[in-house]
Amino acid sequence: MKAFTVHEGLVGPMDRANVDTDMIIPKQFLKSIKRSGFGPNCFDELRYMDEGQPGQDCSTRPLNPDFPLNQSRYQGASVLLARENFGCGSSREHAPWALDDYGFRCVIAPSFADIFYNNCFKNGLLPVALPAAQVDQLFQEMYAAEGYTLTVDLSRQCVVTPSGAEFAFEVDAFRKHCLLNGLDDIGLTLESAESIRAFEQQHRERAPWVFGAIQ
Amino acid sequence: MAGKTLYDKLWENHLVEQREDGSALIYIDRHLLHEVTSPQAFEGLRLAGRQPWRRDANLAVPDHNVPTDSAERAGGVAGIADPVSKLQVQTLDDNCEAFDIVEIDINDVRQGIVHVVGPEQGATLPGMTVVCGDSHTSTHGALGALAHGIGTSEVEHVLATQCLVQTKMKNLLVRVDGKLLPGVTAKDVALAIIGEIGTAGGTGYAIEFGGEVVRGLSMEGRMTLCNMSIEAGARMGMVAVDDVTLDYVRGRTYAPQGEQWDQAVAAWRDLHSEEDAVFDQVVVLQGEAIRPQVTWGTSPEMVLPIDGTVPDPAQIDDPTRRAATERALVYMGLKAGQSITDIPADKVFIGSCTNSRIEDLRAAAAVVKGRKVAASVKEALVVPGSGLVKQQAEAEGLDRIFIEAGLQWREPGCSMCLAMNADKLGPGEHCASTSNRNFEGRQGIGGRTHLVSPAMAAAAAISGHFVDVSTWEEA
Ligand code: SF4
Repeated sequence: MKAFTVHEGLVGPMDRANVDTDMIIPKQFLKSIKRSGFGPNCFDELRYMDEGQPGQDCSTRPLNPDFPLNQSRYQGASVLLARENFGCGSSREHAPWALDDYGFRCVIAPSFADIFYNNCFKNGLLPVALPAAQVDQLFQEMYAAEGYTLTVDLSRQCVVTPSGAEFAFEVDAFRKHCLLNGLDDIGLTLESAESIRAFEQQHRERAPWVFGAIQ
Repeated sequence: MAGKTLYDKLWENHLVEQREDGSALIYIDRHLLHEVTSPQAFEGLRLAGRQPWRRDANLAVPDHNVPTDSAERAGGVAGIADPVSKLQVQTLDDNCEAFDIVEIDINDVRQGIVHVVGPEQGATLPGMTVVCGDSHTSTHGALGALAHGIGTSEVEHVLATQCLVQTKMKNLLVRVDGKLLPGVTAKDVALAIIGEIGTAGGTGYAIEFGGEVVRGLSMEGRMTLCNMSIEAGARMGMVAVDDVTLDYVRGRTYAPQGEQWDQAVAAWRDLHSEEDAVFDQVVVLQGEAIRPQVTWGTSPEMVLPIDGTVPDPAQIDDPTRRAATERALVYMGLKAGQSITDIPADKVFIGSCTNSRIEDLRAAAAVVKGRKVAASVKEALVVPGSGLVKQQAEAEGLDRIFIEAGLQWREPGCSMCLAMNADKLGPGEHCASTSNRNFEGRQGIGGRTHLVSPAMAAAAAISGHFVDVSTWEEA
């Protein structure tokens, strides 16, 4: 997994509440059996005027001029500014894959859906939850200044604005550790293989019906 | 010290390691797989040269891409018309074969939606930790299990280690007191709860559903309720074990038998919150106050009782909510102040992991029996949740009732719930749907989904618009 330490990048808006995973990556693209290549279809239904199909060349499709991320001033955005309950809906990891493949490294919103939040960390994408009033302020600053960038510092757990203001955010210690170091979760868990086996043995005595029924 | 909640007990029973940083290693008893979220996980195992930790923990079933049209279905995997869907279903078969995982494949009579099949087969049992790469895994919590959806990286993690790294959620009790009025079902309760707490109301919580109304629900009803925990923002919802649970589980294919059954029952009897358990939050609804519900907008929290009227954005102070309401009205093609009963039903979908079990089909059949689908309704589908539900329904003659009324009787699968196969809405079409999500484009680009109970969907099919099924008989 890609590590995330400090990232400075152009900010782009997704200015609506309850952005769901269908919106982030519509279901027709879930049929892929790969985990890359979803970027051109990120926000597909909002971004293009036509209906997207898997395997299509997106570079010639008509863009929706009303979709903010299509404006030239947001090209190359790597920090997504969003509203409450971002990423609600399905558990599809295709959503963070699509955001990552589009070029986002960080999503800032007042709140996130649990499964999406969790999936982001597995893919080197940092979700940052800030109080709604602060997010609102960032939206205003971004709209007011073309080329608006933010610095997201995971080790210090803060977002730094161009004027030097700092907004602190929470992140749990284990996720932070994995993301800072780009660690493979599975490898880490397998270091506990002995505890897992010991637990399993005890569990088998206590609840034997959990084991062996499906063969 | 305060007593434990059901969630506390389930958590402690599966705790492998508590770490200092607050995270914990949790053991996973049952892992269900389907074709959409597993290919990249198997690929990951392959790349790392890893094998499943415990093969008998896993059970796979294709559902999302499976055709529900009998003719197309008859050809098995090879007969799936859409080449991309076919590849995904084929890939699941291949991966299960390569990694020696038991699969209920497309030709198996037990095939169906993973969340219907798991409990039906006794693959998910009380007291288990159950995960699946699908957010509606919360359904299985109805059996008194700790069940939640996971992403593909976690699917790979569970395959490889039989564990997940988790932090404990807070406890939320949603209590529904009193009784339900006639015509009001578990689906209406689920929607009313979401209307009350909002789609983010359960974020960060494990929900336990309790109270007299919940105790009085069948297992099917409890599954409907837990299914929609995720629409209330919670990864998991659960109901304490009681006789209803035990009666449901007894005799199922993968459930324990004989002496082991008795041993299991003794353990399962403890799966309830203690009298003195303290929840971080408690929400109480009164059963009698719940009317049949219909969603009008593009989020499950945009829900109203059937006698309600569509909200007016001008009367909403909060700017984000006002904007969301305005956008939803435009997308749904509705006017502020319009009566819910004036909304047409161009299509009707009875199915999905929320409402495709036998009881749901019985409720819908009771409404349409001896009547005809309105001429204005373009298509009305009934899609059973599994091959066994289909068999049972046919044995009871429900298929005849639906067909005679003008509804289509399909093969099991997810179908129009998310429109990954050929069943979908056209732009602008309103659909009375028993599924769980009404997001923009969920059932087809431009499609307008209204979430309702099976009886309400059936009544809409007959009337051509939404009607109050609880008073409808006399009308
Ligand atoms: S029926 Fe719908 S919600 Fe349920 S698993 Fe299938 S697609 Fe998901």
